[in-house]
Amino acid sequence: MQETDAILTARHEIEVCNACRYCEGFCAVFPAIELRREFSAGDISYLANLCHNCKGCYYACQYAPPHEWGINIPAALAEVRAESYAEYAWPRSFASVFNRNGTIVSLIAALGIAIVLILSMLLNRPGNFFSAHNGSFYDIIPLWSMQAVGILTFGFSLVALAMGARNFWRDAGPRQKPGPIALTIALHDVLTLKNLGGGGNGCNDNSEAFSMRRRRLHHAMFYGFLLCFAATTTGFIDHTFLNDPAPYPFISTPVLLGTIGGILMLIGTTGLFAMKLVDDPMPAVRRLLGGDIAMLMLLAMIALTGLILLAVRATGAMGLAMAIHLGFILAFFVVLPYSKMVHGVYRSAALLRRAIERKMKPLGGE
Amino acid sequence: MPDRTKTYDVLVAGGGNAALCAAITARQAGASVLLVESAPKAFRGGNSRHTRNLRAMHDKPNAVLTEAYKEDEYWDDLLRVTGGNTDESLARMTIRASSGVFDWMKQAGVRFQPSLTGTLNLGRTNAFFLGGGKALVNAYYLTAERLGVEILYDTEVISMNLDDGFIRSVDITYKGFPETVHAKCVVASSGGFQANLDWMREYWGDAVDNFVIRGTPYNKGRVLKNLLGQGVAAIGDPTQCHAVALDARAPKFDGGITTRLDSVPYSVVVNRNGDRFYDEGEDVWPKRYAIWGRLIAQQPDQIAYSICDSKAFPLFMPSVFPAIKADTLEELATKMKLDPTKVRQTIDSFNAAVKPGQTFDNLKLDGNATEGLTPNKTNWARAVDKPPFYGYPLRPGITFTYLSVKVNEKAQVLMDNGQPAGNLFASGEIMSGNILGKGYLAGFGMTIGTVFGRIAGQEAARRARN
Repeated sequence: MQETDAILTARHEIEVCNACRYCEGFCAVFPAIELRREFSAGDISYLANLCHNCKGCYYACQYAPPHEWGINIPAALAEVRAESYAEYAWPRSFASVFNRNGTIVSLIAALGIAIVLILSMLLNRPGNFFSAHNGSFYDIIPLWSMQAVGILTFGFSLVALAMGARNFWRDAGPRQKPGPIALTIALHDVLTLKNLGGGGNGCNDNSEAFSMRRRRLHHAMFYGFLLCFAATTTGFIDHTFLNDPAPYPFISTPVLLGTIGGILMLIGTTGLFAMKLVDDPMPAVRRLLGGDIAMLMLLAMIALTGLILLAVRATGAMGLAMAIHLGFILAFFVVLPYSKMVHGVYRSAALLRRAIERKMKPLGGE
Repeated sequence: MPDRTKTYDVLVAGGGNAALCAAITARQAGASVLLVESAPKAFRGGNSRHTRNLRAMHDKPNAVLTEAYKEDEYWDDLLRVTGGNTDESLARMTIRASSGVFDWMKQAGVRFQPSLTGTLNLGRTNAFFLGGGKALVNAYYLTAERLGVEILYDTEVISMNLDDGFIRSVDITYKGFPETVHAKCVVASSGGFQANLDWMREYWGDAVDNFVIRGTPYNKGRVLKNLLGQGVAAIGDPTQCHAVALDARAPKFDGGITTRLDSVPYSVVVNRNGDRFYDEGEDVWPKRYAIWGRLIAQQPDQIAYSICDSKAFPLFMPSVFPAIKADTLEELATKMKLDPTKVRQTIDSFNAAVKPGQTFDNLKLDGNATEGLTPNKTNWARAVDKPPFYGYPLRPGITFTYLSVKVNEKAQVLMDNGQPAGNLFASGEIMSGNILGKGYLAGFGMTIGTVFGRIAGQEAARRARN
């Protein structure tokens, strides 16, 4: 990481934390701070990505604004996080996508729909596009073209994410290599969002009161997303390898997984969006809101259009519904490594570093 | 918006831990309660917002405390730090009551950190609040609001009007405008007077200019002075207070915990003249940190300098200000505006006096001492010889004063004639001098505030309803 203003501010605030340590029960960030006296820019990037933004430390802080020191760790680390996303972006020339992330994610979503709509209309005679196909998607858009576009875009995004992870690890990773126990602990922390919980009490969303709302909504969104991914994968396997061609009845593994996953995603994304409207603006960074909301909306639209597609698949509206649904998914695949989604990669990596360093002893202490 | 014209059952003056415990307890007992806090909402909570833990007696380990800490050991610790300057029956009552506060605190929303291990034994004696004292204060305010305690911020109590042992009315300024409010009973929980520098100057003279006030600037002692001027019995030496060694670069007020320095036991500490003046290794730091403020207050210009080498530097928590660092002792002394020759001499003779052959262990009293010095360092003495060298300037940091209103075991405030006032109770720092005549035990202020706050709330509510 570069020595930017955001890094300087965060370092100063972290040094205040290191002399206080009252917040060490909230999450992994503070015990990680206590292990060192000096913080490289990479260390601060690590701490910033380790922060789950529960805001417990802000409300508990005796130095929070309007105290003259104005300590605001959630905001300071959010600034660094945002810069780290750009810093680790691959290829590097795409880093500026993070500057106006809300606008760009929205534009790509619009473009995605337009492109898929136009292409699928070009592939079909108008009568075919608007007639009922008994739910058979591939009558409208051939499987090979879906696979080609999907593998190309998603594949590139996975490579870009992996390169980003490598950049993070080089800049903000630990000295030691991860062992199986550290990997297990990190995976547990990722899957349970243990650190999004203020020491088991929940987050401070917009007041001193604790709440599990954010954690539960994030779980709904995350596990809903995984179920939808599982639905697509089982559908692909059934169709390609098990000689069980689509469409599948409502009571079938792919459709049930997708339906439950879609509903969970919809609950999670709309809930998290609603929370953004009433969150306390103080422990947050206003200019990052656009990118966050754009990604929440994109995920919500994927879920919503997927459920609509299921509802209308036997009718003449299927072609249109599918084109729009696939347009959103295409946009998601394209924008994935240049969006809020990267937080999952860097936070997981940061949790892995924390797990690797779990046996290091705090310096000083009561 | 609280109704300021009605007569409340209980009025609580103050907005910190003791005030909140009194207000919540009184409300739980069915009383209507008005809490009057002089600070604005953002700075509510008095000194409690800077605290971290509470010292609690316990006979066996529990979720937040390790091992056991029984009444007699607790009492012995208190006896040692106060030098017998305490009231045994009030102290023992407080100690015993401290073992039973957890369930009530948890129900009132306070969260504790799991017990800390591998520390300088505070994890055994003290229960740590998750997120510290401001989180505790936040939890209590949420609970108080939920229960229907009426709260006025930016409101200072100017006078509690005593007449024949009864408070008849209370004069306040509400956002700067004078008003009078009424309550059947009054609880004074408005802290000491350490933030009132003019009052402090009466006892300390101009040395006060070199003191740092660690906590809230709102503890002006207005209620304390007002009551003592109306025939309420005083207790405690006005020069006695909780005073620790702080980084001299701390802000005058509200610097809180991060300005304290734990470097003393692993350092050599010299005064302005480059001379050592006290045994830095007398005991583990939590048992000694509260005498160092006073020690430094007695040095010329109320300043001292903690000097250590790179062996000792990682052993203590850093203060928020960077250590002064140099490759030689002379350079370090010069940077701290001390006489380099004198500092060199002091450190050389210290190094020569370190008894060889013992193993250094920072986690216990290791007996590593010097020989033939005045004063000797009796633990953790090691030659200061491995560069780079580190230094911190130290000032006395005042947490709270002990001059108090006298109370009995029902938290009733006593008049000069020994009789309890009819409807006046006290809890927290404003009555701490009944138990703490001098010295300090980490976390004991919160214990006194919690125990007496609950008693005061209970008794005030009972009296108001009769």
